[in-house]
Amino acid sequence: MKYQSQKVARLYFMAAIGLFTGQILFGLILGLQYVIGDFLFPAVPFNVARMVHTNLLIVWLLFGFMGAAYYLVPEEAERELFSPKLAVALFWIFLVAGALTILGYLLVPYSGLARLTGNDLLPTMGREFLEQPTITKLGIVVVALGFLYNIGMTILSGRKTVINMVLLTGLVGLAVLFLFAFYNPDNLVKDKYYWWWVVHLWVEGVWELILGSILAFVLVKVTGVDREVIEKWLYVIIAMTLITGIIGTGHHYYWIGTPGYWQWLGSVFSALEPIPFFMMTVFAFNMINKRRLNHPNKAAVLWAEGTAVMAFLGAGVWGFMHTLAPVNYYTHGTQITAAHGHMAFYGAYAMIVLTIISYAWPILRGEKAANQRAQVLEMWSFWLMTVSMVFITLFLTGAGVLQTWLQRYTDDPLPFMVVQEKIAPFYWMREAAGVVFLIGLLVYLYAFVARGKPAEDATAA
Amino acid sequence: MSEVFTKSMARNIYYGGSLFFVFLFLALTFDTMKTLPQQDNRAAITPQVALGKRVWEENNCIGCHTLLGEGAYFAPELGNVYKRFGNSTEAIKAFIRSRPANGIPGRRSMPQFNLSEEELEGVAQFLKYTSEIKTQNWPPNIQG
Repeated sequence: MKYQSQKVARLYFMAAIGLFTGQILFGLILGLQYVIGDFLFPAVPFNVARMVHTNLLIVWLLFGFMGAAYYLVPEEAERELFSPKLAVALFWIFLVAGALTILGYLLVPYSGLARLTGNDLLPTMGREFLEQPTITKLGIVVVALGFLYNIGMTILSGRKTVINMVLLTGLVGLAVLFLFAFYNPDNLVKDKYYWWWVVHLWVEGVWELILGSILAFVLVKVTGVDREVIEKWLYVIIAMTLITGIIGTGHHYYWIGTPGYWQWLGSVFSALEPIPFFMMTVFAFNMINKRRLNHPNKAAVLWAEGTAVMAFLGAGVWGFMHTLAPVNYYTHGTQITAAHGHMAFYGAYAMIVLTIISYAWPILRGEKAANQRAQVLEMWSFWLMTVSMVFITLFLTGAGVLQTWLQRYTDDPLPFMVVQEKIAPFYWMREAAGVVFLIGLLVYLYAFVARGKPAEDATAA
Repeated sequence: MSEVFTKSMARNIYYGGSLFFVFLFLALTFDTMKTLPQQDNRAAITPQVALGKRVWEENNCIGCHTLLGEGAYFAPELGNVYKRFGNSTEAIKAFIRSRPANGIPGRRSMPQFNLSEEELEGVAQFLKYTSEIKTQNWPPNIQG
């Protein structure tokens, strides 16, 4: 660790991992509710559990991105963080606001939470992924502004590397696009149209800039390849991301009351969206093949490779599978979407956060890499979680293909619930894969214990 | 990548390409907003429909259902439920009203939301309005 203020990242990483664990537990509850419909009903209905599952995902990824920024920005800028105190304060505000929101979901009926938080004054609740009470959304804006101020001041008064500038662009984009969460017209079509400016332009736009810059940073560190080469790759990848992904938003504008030309635009541009992900895979493996040093943190290298592969499979391949309008006409809003969502989020965003944590955590403890045993455990957790996510995706894909056939494609389409019962075996297998994922996560957590006492504690004592 | 293709070329493609497509997207958005009145059934948005949308949101219906294919995949598509229920807002209201508070053993069941008559009417009218949005003939059939 070059700068003392990088240490603040530890808090963020701990919160990320804690919330990740919560997300997985609720995922298992949801998976069970798919096959045992009255499980935990009416105490924790499906919609509540799902809201907790997806909101925890978003929040832990945001913690992860912020932690990543606090770690890598000072090192890239070659100066201490502008204000470590602000970073700590914002951490606690965000954590407490997040925890209160999740508790609100679980303890108060959602309509009660809407009343309690004055949703009437500025109605923003009750839209997928943006379920947070308006006051929480305002809190997110405040935290984002404080965070950007802190990171921005650090970057602009320090060395301006491409990695830092791309990361900053991604983070500013994230904050600006979130403002569309406050636009909720009575017109459903307009509501949906701009809702995607948050959701799509986040995950298939600016978040990819964040992903790319974190991956580039880790690759610079673990391969020792010339920064010029890596930065050139980064530019090309994010150029392709935005060139394809912005108009690619059109693949959400097929069936929501928007004009028909979006079917052409959305199909053509989103069919190109796998390109930047494929380039990311080629990039990561190329850099690792050309490495000039053998970094002792093998686990971090594995996570970086895994991110590059799984992001391409989940976001690229599984996205392409149902993105063409004539295909999407039948698959829209089925388990195919769920399959894609799971592998894309895990492969691109969960894994990049786990990559930077894997790389940075030992250094924050004052060692270059974890001991051999802890690394082996971490790599076991990598394989358990990644392989089980592949199976979760495959089972959901099977369920989705059958659902599409039975409910949408045949001459005698069956009602939704009839189809759901027919495809239940796939849901059971998905749940089993989910249990393996949890085991992988427990191994991951145990790997932290296996690291033993931090080196820096020994020197401090 | 070869030496011919320099970092500054890559940077220019990033800035130029992104900027071009941002503007193209804004132009398309402008055009879409101009054509929406013919498609989005806005004439049907009464205060009752607006109330219904709020009821829909404040009970997190999207947490189980899809609406025009977007949402959760645990419960049926509701964009066309008005038509599936025989073009009847009464049928929609009766369904919501009759959900058992403690669920159905072993099966998925919609929670009992204890909506007022006004809220019930609102959400039914909202779903009627939604079913009349022009969605390029989606969903493929009445099952949603």
